[in-house]
Amino acid sequence: MVTFLLLVLLVAVLAVWVVLPWYGVVALAVLFAGWMLFTRRGRQAASVAGVGISTLGQRLGSSAVIVIGIAGVVGVLVALLAMGEGYGETLRKTGSADTAIVMRGASASEVMSLLGRDSVVLIPQAVGIAKDAKGQPIASPELVVAANLPIKSGSADDEGSVQLRGIGEQAWAVRPNVKIVTGRTFRPGMRELIVGQGAAKQFAGLEPGHEVRLGSQSWTVVGVFAAGDAMDSEVWGDADVVADTYRRGSSRASVTVKLVDPGAFAAFKTALETNPQLKVDVSTTLDYYSKQSEGMTKVIRAIGITVGMIMAIGAMFGALNTMFAAVAARAREIATLRAIGFRGLPVVVAVMLETMLLALLGGVIGGLFAWLVFNGYSASTLAGGSVGKLSFELAVTPALLWTGLKWALAIGFIGGLFPAVRAARLPVTTALREL
Amino acid sequence: MKYLHLIWAALFRRKTRTILTLVSIIAAFLLFGLLDAVRTGFDDAGKSANGAQRLQTGSKLSFIQTLPQSLEARIAQVPGVKMVTYANWFGGAYQDPHNQVFSFAVEPNYIDLYPEIEVSAAERKAFDDTRTGVLVGEKLAERFHWKVGDKIPLQSTIFPNREGSKNWTFDVVGIMHSKDKKAGGWYDQMFLLHWKYFDETTPYNRGQVGWYVTRVADVNQADRVAKAIDAISANSDHETRTQTEEAATASWMKQLADVGLIVTSIMGAVFFTLLLLSGNTMMQAVRERTSELAVLKTIGFSSRSVMSMVLAESVLLLLLGGVLGLAIAMLVIEGLQSAMGGAIPMAPVDASIWTHGLLLMVAIGLLVGLLPAMRAMRLNIVDALAGR
Repeated sequence: MVTFLLLVLLVAVLAVWVVLPWYGVVALAVLFAGWMLFTRRGRQAASVAGVGISTLGQRLGSSAVIVIGIAGVVGVLVALLAMGEGYGETLRKTGSADTAIVMRGASASEVMSLLGRDSVVLIPQAVGIAKDAKGQPIASPELVVAANLPIKSGSADDEGSVQLRGIGEQAWAVRPNVKIVTGRTFRPGMRELIVGQGAAKQFAGLEPGHEVRLGSQSWTVVGVFAAGDAMDSEVWGDADVVADTYRRGSSRASVTVKLVDPGAFAAFKTALETNPQLKVDVSTTLDYYSKQSEGMTKVIRAIGITVGMIMAIGAMFGALNTMFAAVAARAREIATLRAIGFRGLPVVVAVMLETMLLALLGGVIGGLFAWLVFNGYSASTLAGGSVGKLSFELAVTPALLWTGLKWALAIGFIGGLFPAVRAARLPVTTALREL
Repeated sequence: MKYLHLIWAALFRRKTRTILTLVSIIAAFLLFGLLDAVRTGFDDAGKSANGAQRLQTGSKLSFIQTLPQSLEARIAQVPGVKMVTYANWFGGAYQDPHNQVFSFAVEPNYIDLYPEIEVSAAERKAFDDTRTGVLVGEKLAERFHWKVGDKIPLQSTIFPNREGSKNWTFDVVGIMHSKDKKAGGWYDQMFLLHWKYFDETTPYNRGQVGWYVTRVADVNQADRVAKAIDAISANSDHETRTQTEEAATASWMKQLADVGLIVTSIMGAVFFTLLLLSGNTMMQAVRERTSELAVLKTIGFSSRSVMSMVLAESVLLLLLGGVLGLAIAMLVIEGLQSAMGGAIPMAPVDASIWTHGLLLMVAIGLLVGLLPAMRAMRLNIVDALAGR
């Protein structure tokens, strides 16, 4: 019966804990500290906990099981979630609310889309597009294909895929964040490439001055650009020359436009979708790139949480084990306290406090380790609507560290609760007679 | 062996502690089983005797670039080529764009190159005779509750049909079963439609082919044949790149994710924790039994046999938990594979994973038992009995 009640309590506490925001936790901590300082029971609990904590040194080995176990859980969890976070963040950053992307209807991504010459001419005439200084609409028709290139640190035959974007003048206007960092941009009509800084790190020979082979042709790399988003993993060239190499004629994959303001999107979308001459899908780039990352982010998150859960179960039972042993070793002392008038509650609180402090320590160590080792660690994958290796950096954000700490405390809570209750419920006479 | 009951009794002397430790060990080896299955799934993708006989020819430019269909006749003439077929990526999805289906538009002889796919003769004939017919993998059919005779709508995320709609309709005429269940996850998820129907229905293909698959007569000639195939279109505007199926799949998997590194890091963290945890349990177990061990020595057990008994106890602990954990992993993987539909390549827990696992269990067991065992061996009977 008591075990059942405890389990119900546990589920309830965990449910609240999951949704509790940080200020809720701070409020709880303040309340708890107040209780310990200003009430009689609280002071009793504090003194019992004090005894337990001061003797931690004698139980170094078994206490380390809790700390290291939980540090492992938090470290792995935070690192895996940081991977999903970094990946999602890179793609989300690529889009904005005031640029829109137009693709052929029913295309899942740019590379699967194909717009004929007439569509490419019609789209920039729609309402809502910002104009440049010369009064031209800021609309960039682009061609997106993939290219096989040798991978750095691979054998000679080891080729990877990179996304190749054929662009015109306006591509720079719709992406003001992209800057050339080394060399110069390509000259129109030439077989010249500029490469994103991420792609330059992944593939061999993507340095200014080098030549790379695309199929049977030789192209010269003339510059490196930095964008700080998914574009960093791409390689750019002149749209007409790329179209020629890939036998795409005058068709393009997408048209990206700069809107007058984010509010103009609705009108722009309606104008294109009601035009009987066009069969296109319109979305803001923010929406488009968020969607591209959605599936993969979910998968990484699910893997992270599954692995974390299994590890957490292991760590939790380790903590239970340690605390049961600790309580058993102190059975006499606890019984004595209760014999001289201490109630059950301070004992329960003291044991749980001890466990949760150890858990907190483990959480901090694990989080710190993940942050030191994995923050900014670069990884790459081939997924989510892109046909090239997308490189991204693991992002250990404060929010993730906070999640890790919450997990640590939850494990500590469960690991401490049952031993604490056992300590408080053991009949005083039995405990005193033991040994 | 004759001391097994003694070791067993010692192990379960403190039931709570042993069971709690066991759960931790089970969790660790469950994770080991799952992660190792994923790692092996990635590593072994494309590795098979049949796979070694098959070559894949794609555009040298990139995997999205198509090749002319006319190449088929010329590849077939290359000496050493037994059979050639081709396919296109269809990019199908069922009901929701997230329900991706591995769908290929293939020439009817495609199945002949894949002897690991089993289709009944009647269903094969039905496929050959039905323009809109499709063959569906066993697990895929299970997942969406399709059966032979069903008319199913499928969206293509790449190719609209002539009306500009992304919705295509197909008739399920047969179910594909994979013979080899180990590498079978893939074929059980496949969806094959007619290339001809595909090419005639979408205005965007016009006689183009995604890639060619060639079966070579002699595996040892594979390299030479690959070079000969690539030589056909050298210096044309559609140069090709031919690789064995194994090499092509391996390079694809490597680009997808560096699974080996991720798995190794996680397992490192897990086993380090496990060492500490079970080591602690064994230390406690030996410490509280000091006087019992002294009694054993008094009645004639040698120091060495006391040591081996403690070691055996810790190995037994690890084996109990580890075998249970791997067994659970086996069940979980089976469940996951049908639920996820092959989204993540996972090998079933097979002999090699079991061997790895058992070795790890024994190694960890010995390692964590070592310190307590030494302590038990060096025990001085008089001191121990006196409680000093």
